[in-house]
Amino acid sequence: MSALLERRLIVVTGKGGVGKTTVAAALGLVAARAGKRTIVAEVARRGDVASAFDREGSRPFEEVRLAPNLFHISIDPQDALEEYLRDQLPSGAVAELLIRSRIFAMVAAATPGMRELLTVGKLWELAQLDRRTPGADAYDLVVVDAPATGHGVAVLSAPRTFAAAAGGGPVARQGRIIDAMLSDPAQVAVVAVARAEELAVAETGALRASLRARMGLPLERVVANALDPDRFSPHEATLLAPHAAHPAVARALRAHRRALRQRAQLARLRRLTCQAPAHLPLHPGGPQLQRLADELGPQL
Amino acid sequence: MTAIAERLEGKRICIVAGSGGVGKTTASAALALGLAAAGRRVAVVTIDPARRLADALGLEELGNEPHLVDPAVAATHGIEMHGELWAMMLDPKATFDGLIARLAPDERTREDVLSNRIYVHLSAAIAGSHEFSAVAKLYELDRDGDYDAIVLDTPPSRNALDFLDAPDRLTDFFEGRALKLFLVPTGIAARVMGAGTGVVFSILKRLTGVDLLADVSVLFRAMGGLIDGFRERAAAVKALLADPATTFLIVASPEREPVAEAIFFRRKLREARMPFGGLIVNRATVLGEEERSHPAAIRAGLRDALGDALAAKVAQSVGDAQLLAARSAEAIERLKAELGDPDPIVVPRLDGEVQDVNGLLVLYRHLSGA
Repeated sequence: MSALLERRLIVVTGKGGVGKTTVAAALGLVAARAGKRTIVAEVARRGDVASAFDREGSRPFEEVRLAPNLFHISIDPQDALEEYLRDQLPSGAVAELLIRSRIFAMVAAATPGMRELLTVGKLWELAQLDRRTPGADAYDLVVVDAPATGHGVAVLSAPRTFAAAAGGGPVARQGRIIDAMLSDPAQVAVVAVARAEELAVAETGALRASLRARMGLPLERVVANALDPDRFSPHEATLLAPHAAHPAVARALRAHRRALRQRAQLARLRRLTCQAPAHLPLHPGGPQLQRLADELGPQL
Repeated sequence: MTAIAERLEGKRICIVAGSGGVGKTTASAALALGLAAAGRRVAVVTIDPARRLADALGLEELGNEPHLVDPAVAATHGIEMHGELWAMMLDPKATFDGLIARLAPDERTREDVLSNRIYVHLSAAIAGSHEFSAVAKLYELDRDGDYDAIVLDTPPSRNALDFLDAPDRLTDFFEGRALKLFLVPTGIAARVMGAGTGVVFSILKRLTGVDLLADVSVLFRAMGGLIDGFRERAAAVKALLADPATTFLIVASPEREPVAEAIFFRRKLREARMPFGGLIVNRATVLGEEERSHPAAIRAGLRDALGDALAAKVAQSVGDAQLLAARSAEAIERLKAELGDPDPIVVPRLDGEVQDVNGLLVLYRHLSGA
């Protein structure tokens, strides 16, 4: 089995519109098929992962079973805050009082890095073999459908930022524990999803640099998504050229030129990330998760 | 289809909305270029454009003020500029700090707010989400009155609400209603909070190790002097978004998430009674009549000219396009019904990415139905 799937936490990130959610779901499916009890966690969203599996959006913070071995959760910082307070405060009454107080939530939200810290704290909790959530079963793997590129790194580095700013107190102490896990490449891997397009490729390169600078983590894997088929050899293209007036041939030649442009962007992506990305083909009829998992699995 | 020029007739502000990656930035830039070429004095506010597009518009530096795009740039591409195109890339933090600086009654208040720990975090968070800064900038540009038309590219928001609610949420916060209640608990608040401020802050301090009480009280004392200005500004921004001379264009590509986001955004516009100017379906696959034959027939028809193997590949290529076209058509029908725009602008998936003035021109031609 791929070393990637041996990690506890895989963070899937990328520019908006590249198919991050679909790839995170497919990755979760690959792991689940390999016998890993896997949860795909989406951060502050409206149930996109669940709808990728044609399910209705789940209630926030509920761990829902999507397929054998595969679960889903949607993490909202407010829920994370409530869970954290219930877990940390000795008296349930005090916790409930704070939770009901909107002001407390507001001040907590204004505390530097708190939202990100709470989100990442819940991800950490999901990834523990001995979970703090009463009665909850452990997962072998947590796949995070993370926010768009820039924000993804901010979430990962939140515990470090917080621990440095706070100095003392339980949150800072816990921040350091969480950070120790998040910056351990043996436990955590970051996967970037890109399309073979100018802006998405540039962002992936920038992500690799900021991951290294801020977390000391490598960009473990790059997935180039929704690639058009590269059907025609240069020789075939020259054979087609004289028939370009035929609408079907014109369509094929356009597809060929698009594939060539994508190939150039893939080369750029390889150069910027110093690795050969996994390739996922475009599904003309709409992304099919089972097929994507078939295609992704052997490339991991 | 109703071309873009008709839809923008009599409009001074055009806000281009839609989910991430659908081509909002290029659509905004193309629209602005087209309007400027036709004789209007246009400002386009872009958010994080692709490098090459930024270079093409001369946006290499983050100026936060529009600058004139050299008419020679357009001229080299064969367009005569009858108006002016001004372009800028939004610097959210600078916009927000600038607003605070303008509203602060004196130097001391300004410094107190700008250097406050909570403000710094808060402004970074607000700036990070871009929403408030974008509308604040829009308001400033409109008030200055230097432009006939302003085109605003919107941030890649996960939630359209963030954008429409930005003025409200910010006043709520800065009015400090909640916080006043908290600092001086009365009525229900006093009962809920029990011992009040001290307890909450001491629990927070115990958990986080950060003592925020001092920061919070300094910030809100300082903000006191800005609140009226803020409230007025937020009300004016809200009025501007709902103004008859403002219009929202929604951009979607024919895929699941962008379609869902467009429908969601349209519903929110309706609820907020804000003006909807129309739908742009970008990157659609549209087939000509002759490309709709069954792939087997296409293969048979090309066999003599290309040989069977190559004819089969061409047929496969057309087959893929047919599947994409079916998905596009389905998305367009759904959007038409849900958004209430029977006649949307459909832009086909173009050859190559739009990242220079030529690309913008091609895009504008599609938007204008030429």
